[in-house]
Amino acid sequence: MTQEQITEKLQTIIAPYVEDKSALEGINGETNLLNDLDINSANLVDIIIDVEDAFDIEIDDDSAEKMLTVKDAVEVVMAKTA
Amino acid sequence: MNLLQDIKNLLPYKPPFLFVDELLEISQNGAKGTYTFRKDEYFYQGHLPNNPITPGVILIETMAQIGLVSFGMFLIKAHENPEPVNFVFSSSEVEFLKMVRPEEKVWVQSEKVYFRFGKLKCKVIMTNSKGEKVCKGHLSGMILKHYKV
Repeated sequence: MTQEQITEKLQTIIAPYVEDKSALEGINGETNLLNDLDINSANLVDIIIDVEDAFDIEIDDDSAEKMLTVKDAVEVVMAKTA
Repeated sequence: MNLLQDIKNLLPYKPPFLFVDELLEISQNGAKGTYTFRKDEYFYQGHLPNNPITPGVILIETMAQIGLVSFGMFLIKAHENPEPVNFVFSSSEVEFLKMVRPEEKVWVQSEKVYFRFGKLKCKVIMTNSKGEKVCKGHLSGMILKHYKV
């Protein structure tokens, strides 16, 4: 899977957790999930679990802690699916 | 050396906001406990005048104190570790089926959905002395400390 495909798939996973749909349109690698998209840390846990299911990977605590921006999340997925 | 009593003593709540009388069972899968609403709980004065009904938010709090926080204390082995722990309530989705009046006893049973990355999500059911469901739903909270499980 290419970086673009992973990013696209991540956006569809994140979308249901974001109320402000206009915030989704401006999403890029630097977008911070907690601060820019108003996702609380408990919902971030749900997103990480959804990411595990969608990509069929297992994310450990250390990797999960690094998943703060869209780019961070893509990197974690790429490392696990490589 | 009573585990259930130790866990109850660790709860950070105090009257008039402690809604746990007894913890009956606790395991890796869930927790069970009871609370009897006193005749003179402070909220009955206003909810509602001359018609005391336990507010839904208090039923949710009761479900959370027994089903989520007591259970979470057990999961992170707080009874073996003296470091303070903070629980924060992160979400609830609850349906109410029956009213709870003063002096009614309720039973709360929780069942773990998952406990990962510090988030505990449970399915929780409250029943009354007739065995009727009072409310049911899903509650989640975060344990604000880095615990490996």
